[in-house]
Amino acid sequence: MLHDRDRIFRNIYGFHDVSLKGARQRGAWDGTKFFIDMGHDYIIDEVKKSGLRGRGGAGFPTGLKWSFMPKADSRPSYVVINADESEPGSCKDREILRHDPHLLIEGALLASFAMRAHTSYVYVRGEYIRERQALQRAIDEAYDAKLIGKDNIHGWDFDLVVHHGAGAYICGEETAMLESLEGKKGQPRLKPPFPANVGLYGAPTTVNNVESIAVAGDILRRGSSWFAALGLPNNTGTKLFQISGHVERPCVVEEEMGIPLKDLIDKHCGGIRGGWDNLLAVIPGGSSVRCITAEQAMDVTMDFDALGKLGSGLGTAAVIVMDKSTDIIGAIRRIAYFYKHESCGQCTPCREGTGWMWRVLERMERGEAEKREIDLLLDVTKQVEGHTICALGDAAAWPVQGLIKNFRPVIEARIDQYQAKHTREAAE
Amino acid sequence: MPKQLIVDGKTIEVEDGTTLMHACEMAGAVIPRFCYHERLSIAGNCRMCLVEVQGSPKPIASCAMLVNDLPPNRDGSPKIVNTTTPLVKKAREGVMEFLLINHPLDCPICDQGGECDLQDQAIAFGMGGSRYRENKRAVEEKYIGPLIKTIMTRCIHCTRCVRYMTEVAGVEELGLIGRGEDAEITTYLDRGIFSEMSANVVDLCPVGALTHRPWAFAARPWEMDSTETIDVMDALGSAIRVDTRGSAVMRILPRNNDAVNEEWISDKTRHVADGLKIQRLDQPYVRNGGRLEPASWDQALTLVAGRLKAAKPEKIGAIAGDLAGAEEMFAVKDLLGRFGATSFDCRQAGEKLDPKLGRAGYLFNSSIEGIEQADAILIVGSNPKLEAPVLNARIRKRWRAADIKIALIGAKVDLAYPYEYLGAGPDTLEQIANGKHAFANVLKGVAHPMVIVGQGAHARSDGLAILSLAARLLLAASAGKEASWNGFNILHTAAARVAGLDLGFVPGKGGKDVAGILGSGMDFVYLLGADECDLSRLGSAFVVYQGSNGDRGAERADVVFPAAAYTEKSATYVNTEGRAQQTVRAVYPPGSAKEDWKILRELSQRAGNTLPYDTIAELRAAMYRSAPQLAALNTVEARAASGLETLAKLSGRPGPEPFASVIADFYLTNPIARASAVMAGMSALRSSHEQKLSAAE
Repeated sequence: MLHDRDRIFRNIYGFHDVSLKGARQRGAWDGTKFFIDMGHDYIIDEVKKSGLRGRGGAGFPTGLKWSFMPKADSRPSYVVINADESEPGSCKDREILRHDPHLLIEGALLASFAMRAHTSYVYVRGEYIRERQALQRAIDEAYDAKLIGKDNIHGWDFDLVVHHGAGAYICGEETAMLESLEGKKGQPRLKPPFPANVGLYGAPTTVNNVESIAVAGDILRRGSSWFAALGLPNNTGTKLFQISGHVERPCVVEEEMGIPLKDLIDKHCGGIRGGWDNLLAVIPGGSSVRCITAEQAMDVTMDFDALGKLGSGLGTAAVIVMDKSTDIIGAIRRIAYFYKHESCGQCTPCREGTGWMWRVLERMERGEAEKREIDLLLDVTKQVEGHTICALGDAAAWPVQGLIKNFRPVIEARIDQYQAKHTREAAE
Repeated sequence: MPKQLIVDGKTIEVEDGTTLMHACEMAGAVIPRFCYHERLSIAGNCRMCLVEVQGSPKPIASCAMLVNDLPPNRDGSPKIVNTTTPLVKKAREGVMEFLLINHPLDCPICDQGGECDLQDQAIAFGMGGSRYRENKRAVEEKYIGPLIKTIMTRCIHCTRCVRYMTEVAGVEELGLIGRGEDAEITTYLDRGIFSEMSANVVDLCPVGALTHRPWAFAARPWEMDSTETIDVMDALGSAIRVDTRGSAVMRILPRNNDAVNEEWISDKTRHVADGLKIQRLDQPYVRNGGRLEPASWDQALTLVAGRLKAAKPEKIGAIAGDLAGAEEMFAVKDLLGRFGATSFDCRQAGEKLDPKLGRAGYLFNSSIEGIEQADAILIVGSNPKLEAPVLNARIRKRWRAADIKIALIGAKVDLAYPYEYLGAGPDTLEQIANGKHAFANVLKGVAHPMVIVGQGAHARSDGLAILSLAARLLLAASAGKEASWNGFNILHTAAARVAGLDLGFVPGKGGKDVAGILGSGMDFVYLLGADECDLSRLGSAFVVYQGSNGDRGAERADVVFPAAAYTEKSATYVNTEGRAQQTVRAVYPPGSAKEDWKILRELSQRAGNTLPYDTIAELRAAMYRSAPQLAALNTVEARAASGLETLAKLSGRPGPEPFASVIADFYLTNPIARASAVMAGMSALRSSHEQKLSAAE
């Protein structure tokens, strides 16, 4: 279990002073000038050495991503911070925005300096109104204290702009976010060119998750080796886990990477409702990953690699726990509806496939289907997966694949039940 | 740097910047596609063009991937691309299935049937049947104007139409609204699209979502015969395909000609087709007691021959109209010349272009393709958006591709691209020509300066002085630069004009021009399809009208000779850049109408002075002797700027009047268009829209 002294987010529950004064007492903005004086490459190297992997879901090494930015370019560079936290189950970024915004602002300055950007945008999810206000308050404080802005005390001109989204899930996709920031319709761009080459307004851009940016200050302050020593190899550091669903006390908690799921739930959430025997399935990384069975959940560790091996993923570490009272088909059907609703409609497989999957599941939930349609559904998910412009197609396909892989007998039983009832009614 | 690729086992070399799709095609592979189009930006959204690239876990959309963006193999060996593997086949089948699940499959009642990309590719790349048993999506009807019929349920969201409208036409009126499977293509306000070249979206639409409203349900593609010919609605000579069934022209579609129209045509070029059936002159008429009465060829020809023989040579005149072919102009000049006439004019609108000042003085010298090299463009007295919409699209293409300066002198109009407005009349032009205007330096500072002079600038009494100023200005701007570049461009509005000037269909010694012929009591006037001049001034002259449609000319005529329209004869037209092209006969002229040159040949015989050619080939041979440039079909000769010097040396100062707009109504510029019901509808719609706009202001 993570020791209190190793926590990065020391005010994640908002028990302490949120203002700049409070944040400074907790260590934020300490030594920032020193790191900036150490130079661009120092920061990138430190982040590389820390082993930090992107906290937005894909887990791409953050330092490596930063190093892709051009070192000399006539165009300006931009850092875009993705606070469009819309994945069902995820709720970590909002806690950072509400209660530890100065870590984010400091991280934004450090990251932007490392990537030679003078401007950074925070794209805040449309529904996050209070969060945006909290962040804006903190940014105003930072400007007033000359921590950021023109001619600030750190010697690197830096502007941080909050942009409020309009509530579309797809705008959390990095290139759709850039489109949206440019004032266009939020539709993902084709890659290549990648944002590091042609991003916001055609200039080099890096898009990072809130959490990835917010931990940068502490990584530098305490050293990359400290961060790298936490967690497991290749899955280092601490992470905000968000546990929701059928646990006694749902919560957001900072823990070490690679903590066993069982420990996470037992120690922080008071265990599964009705005990571990009552567990049906867990979606370990937000709605877009494949679910795992109770059996697998017993001894899996919460990191990118272990969950990847199970065919699932850490995603944003939004753990959705479902006990045996859950209608798993209905749960996945609801997720499928979400992706159908949020598909941008640009490319064919996702536009057409998400609706198809949802409609089949809608029937399967009632049992009103043929058993061969299970394989049809699986085939449809495969036709969507990997054939789309962005990852929303994959995100829509994986939960359904998880359902079929782990709960085929449940679907078959439902179909049998329905057919039995209807043949009986027909006979009567 | 060329890069090696192995496509389906075949090694090819491709240049950087080539898309994977083109690389595969170079290797002979067939890549299906819906959203990709050579002349539009890349959307990559249909996902039909997926191919397998070794080393990549997912199939790759080949239209959007440049070969230089492919990550290199570690050992430096060429990338292996496969287009026929099971993975690719499965991916295509999957995309095809997705496209079809919400497509109504109403092919039997769909006008696109038989020439539908979705049909063709479903057969070639799709699965045998459908596995979809849910309800299909239906999309509410949209209204996007009288030319384009929409059945949006058929739409596959390729966004070609949106990209065409925004990028090529420069009208941001179509868009994709909504999200996911509820996404719809619409104009949002359900208002027609206001563009002179909107109907091209129908050709671009790979399915039957956008079809031609005027021809709805009229014919199936396989019932029609196609004839490849050229258009005469404006002076570009766009390549078209005329589709006919029996004796009727069913539709007109664009053909590809990179040098002229790429693959676009204007709405007038396309939808004028019904004008070829309405108000046609299908038999000779003779005026009797003030009324035009049907007559036989014999009667009409004899009467005209008699009047011609009786007329005094200096009282014989001929005006050639906007749609006349070179052959008939040559024959008219030849015939009337044998009777001593010298009053010829093809410059119906009173243009001051003079063939004696050199061919470079009346052509679009840089060529249409040359627009894509222009670095600064000065438009003088022209509205290319109405005078030559397709050429205007080329200017817009250049403006999108490079940071060029465009300026306009003349009436302030919308050109579909931003321009600097310099002034309304000749004084501004004079300032530039004298180097006293900032834009003179802009033109001097670039490698390829261009001046486009429209009819509005020179179809006036001081036209020559204005032309001279423009030539002087261009010569000054091009001094010391690439000698082969000639940016002096005359934008004609009539298909017949350049050939007329090439043939010298202008007043000879002591001859009168259009204004003279109209207003000085001539005895005998031959109107060769001339309708766009003030015929009320003809007085008591004996007027012969030869043309295809009953319009202003026929109304005034004493004898009407029914002739062939451009789809009914083989005739030579020279476009504004000096490119000679020949039309091809698609159907026969209606009734007893005849090809133009045959009428003249017969008339000459009756008049006792037979023209010395019995076939069109003989006529052409004679014509080529007098104007050899007409023989060089489909080519544009290089014309150095030095050819402008005679023109530039003319003296005279222009008057102060601002340049006028030439085209009052884009849809009604010639007799065929005025006969067309579709064009009349468009014209009415446009004027009511403009009224609404001005009321709103």
